[in-house]
Amino acid sequence: MRKERPVNLDIGTIRFPLPAIVSILHRISGVMLFFVAGLLLWVLDASLSSSQGFADVKACLAHPVTQVVLWGSLAALGYHLVAGIRHLIMDIGIGESWKGGVMGARLVFVVSVILIVLAGVWVW
Amino acid sequence: MVTSVTTLGRSGLSDWLIQRVTAIIIAAYTIFMVGYLVANPDLTYVQWVQLNQNNWMRIFTLFTALSIAAHAWIGLWSVLTDYITVRLMGPKAVPLRIVLELGMIVLILAYVVWAIDILWGI
Repeated sequence: MRKERPVNLDIGTIRFPLPAIVSILHRISGVMLFFVAGLLLWVLDASLSSSQGFADVKACLAHPVTQVVLWGSLAALGYHLVAGIRHLIMDIGIGESWKGGVMGARLVFVVSVILIVLAGVWVW
Repeated sequence: MVTSVTTLGRSGLSDWLIQRVTAIIIAAYTIFMVGYLVANPDLTYVQWVQLNQNNWMRIFTLFTALSIAAHAWIGLWSVLTDYITVRLMGPKAVPLRIVLELGMIVLILAYVVWAIDILWGI
């Protein structure tokens, strides 16, 4: 097999349309959430270990650095959830056209920005 | 035939379905937990233990942990096979990808064991 055979799609040369940005952010937030899951297990473990552990978690969540991490995690979770719901809606056959795809991508951004702002209100 | 030995379901169709079923379970748990915590801003230790000691809650959390395990396996596998490739990185991509995939699997299994340990240790 020739080493330098042509590549069908060289994604490095393609401008990112909106649905592609939604897709790549879905991946980035997903990778982040894999590590957030470990943090959440740690929180669950500590908060259920004893009343002292529960109080420690509460105190930790009041710390500004923790709050930024928490908000970032909730932002990744909210975005990933909304983009995932869009996937499921498209699986049923809604929004699969070119226009529908762009519209869906816009909706993902609008809804997730609202959720991320609400998450910030909740944290602070 | 090329067989993807590190995929979860050993077939794209199977992975596709698992990814969606697990997504719905994780979404349900997320919405429930966020709703519960928003509704109970002054949550006490006793309330928190009672919630998580309930066997239905244990099962819900365990199913979610298993769903996250499968969902992360399929998702991260897709990401790794798309970006850690010979075309993008040269021949060293293959051993690197295998190492990353195995590391990912080890971490996923550790999460599951940890979750079971937490849930039945309350």
